[in-house]
Amino acid sequence: MAQALEIVPKQIDSDQWDEPYYVNMGPQHPATHGVLRIFLELDGETIVRCDPRIGYLHRGVEKLSENLTYSQAMVLTDRLDYIASAANNVGYCLAVEELMGLEVPRRAQIIRVIVCEMARIASHLLWLATHALDIGAMTVFLYCFRDREWLLDIFEEICGARLTVSYPRIGGVRLDFNQHIIDELYRFTEEFPRRIPEYETLIDVNRIWLKRTKGVGVISGEEAVNLGLTGPSLRGSGVRYDLRRSRPYLIYDELDFEVAVEYEGDVYSRYRVRMKEMREANKIIRQCLDKLAECEGEPTVAENAPDLLIPFGKPKRPQPAPHPKKGFLVKSVEVPIVPEGEVYFAIEAPKGELGYYIVSDGSGHPWRVRIRAPSFVHISALPALSEGQMVADIIAVIGSVDIVLGECDR
Amino acid sequence: MLKYIGLSLFKSLVLVGITLLHVAYTTYAERKIIGHMQQRLGPNRVGPRGLLQPIADVLKLITKEDIIPSCVDSPGVFKLAPFISLVAGATSLAVIPIWENFVVTNVNMALLVVLAMSSLSSFGVILAGWASNSRYSFLGGLRASAQVISYEIAMALALVGVIMLAGSMNLIEIVKAQIESPFKIYAIPQIIGFFVFMVAAIAETNRTPFDLPEAESELVAGYFVEYSGIRFALFYLAEYFGMIVMCMLAVVCFLGGWYGPFEIPGVPMFWFLVKLYFLIFFYIWVRATLPRYRYDQLMGLGWKVLIPLALLNIVITGLIKVLV
Repeated sequence: MAQALEIVPKQIDSDQWDEPYYVNMGPQHPATHGVLRIFLELDGETIVRCDPRIGYLHRGVEKLSENLTYSQAMVLTDRLDYIASAANNVGYCLAVEELMGLEVPRRAQIIRVIVCEMARIASHLLWLATHALDIGAMTVFLYCFRDREWLLDIFEEICGARLTVSYPRIGGVRLDFNQHIIDELYRFTEEFPRRIPEYETLIDVNRIWLKRTKGVGVISGEEAVNLGLTGPSLRGSGVRYDLRRSRPYLIYDELDFEVAVEYEGDVYSRYRVRMKEMREANKIIRQCLDKLAECEGEPTVAENAPDLLIPFGKPKRPQPAPHPKKGFLVKSVEVPIVPEGEVYFAIEAPKGELGYYIVSDGSGHPWRVRIRAPSFVHISALPALSEGQMVADIIAVIGSVDIVLGECDR
Repeated sequence: MLKYIGLSLFKSLVLVGITLLHVAYTTYAERKIIGHMQQRLGPNRVGPRGLLQPIADVLKLITKEDIIPSCVDSPGVFKLAPFISLVAGATSLAVIPIWENFVVTNVNMALLVVLAMSSLSSFGVILAGWASNSRYSFLGGLRASAQVISYEIAMALALVGVIMLAGSMNLIEIVKAQIESPFKIYAIPQIIGFFVFMVAAIAETNRTPFDLPEAESELVAGYFVEYSGIRFALFYLAEYFGMIVMCMLAVVCFLGGWYGPFEIPGVPMFWFLVKLYFLIFFYIWVRATLPRYRYDQLMGLGWKVLIPLALLNIVITGLIKVLV
């Protein structure tokens, strides 16, 4: 047993130790945000080579979707970026709706924007908490969880689930908001802008925090685009690219919000971008709540939306011949139909551009679902961000690009 | 002679007993204080207000299996390392006067003994890191050795100012000299020295923001990542012993020891304990507030800021001493 693991020194006679020092960080490691495994080659404390290895959380979401109906497959999208499951659901529903040519009622669109932005705040809060914990600031962690808890409680009241919400459905949303939820959200939007300065006073003016984040993991705008970074990680490098503005979906083009951009491209600017985004998301929720009051009582599901219980069918289903004596035993129901075709629909998820590419062959199941997950792309950018830095920096860098392995491995 | 040995033994037992109790309840205080600072409750399940939590923790750690990984570099060293840390930490207690008449051995070189012991305790850390034969432990051990060497110098230099003012290395003499000095405590004339000492002491005991040897987010647990059960507990014990010893040293050298603004009849060490608890609270407070330094920044702070400051302090102290 001992021999299997024995390390054989190769250059025992030489004065200088030339053999590289390898550290296998993960897949069980407190700071790799899940089951990311990073293979590090070290020179002292400096990283010579960083080699991320993924696949420890692969559940085959894309393949499983092929054997489920469109409504069933939506439940799997909860498990992608489980921190912001509402945003994943909305993205998937929008893609399928585009394929079906379904028009979603306005009230449902507003509610979807609200849950998306709630998911964004919840995701950014969790990001801030864990990022600060990685750098060693323990207190921020629990402050953030306090407020995230509030959001999760609201989610629970909206749909009964806290983390994997599955709240939107194809053609709208599952349930309407009641008055208590709206009041609670108003209270949240009122209170939350006062909570953000609390985190900022804890870390923003802290010299150790600035030392650990400024000038670490720098990436230029051009390089970030080449690596395919999206979301806050891209905007931290000075590229003003936000799908909510550049390719608006839902009702984002009616809303007044700023796209947060910082220009340094280091860990600190990515942190600043996310802090700004939380404020903007709060503003968006506020505006949506006002808009929600205007369309009180309107439906939240499109009239021709597919029923959740009836399986999707083929476009031309041969009608069974009526029984000579009994006629039809069951009343025939209209089967929802997804026409042949393909669609790519991307939304601005909290972590970046989350795209769904769905190919339909006209049967009840998607022929292929491909998910463009931001975390997957961001992990591939880790070597560029961290090589030449210190061991402690890779932790800050992993935190700053905000990855969730559930989304990366799918 | 026999009477002397018996008395010393009795004193040491009392002292170690009291300190162990303090260590146990420092962990409780730490969890409770940080809990309240972080808007949560802290331990509150075992006993009233969670007061029996430390005892439950100790029982749990003692009854756990003592695992020695099959490929440790040297099982003997692996087993020995936590004891080195602990014994070195506990030995310092013998020379620190809690009260004028309560010191196990009143040696004239007490200050040197404490400094020597605190650097010895880092041997336990280094050996544990080496013997574990694990990448993380090894990095942690290396970090510990570099950190202890650089901060040891700053700490010793910060204490030189005190030695110059008091003219002695005997801790009782230092306390008595403080009371005769115009400010009653050395923390005021030696404000730079006190600052350097406190920072270096935090680094010396491997606590946040200088807890790099056990940096949880990078090195998992650093040098004691392979330890479990009672040996793991011994490392914890050593860390808290070190913390308490450093706080005691700060109280004795800078805050006037057991003297206070007025006498409390019957409890001669009352003021000593008050000052000690305040410093321990300060340690805990720092831990709840600050993020962790990076390795090169830590070295930069030690060599470029603290050591020059300590040297400056010596020069100023010397000048004042010559002029006054």
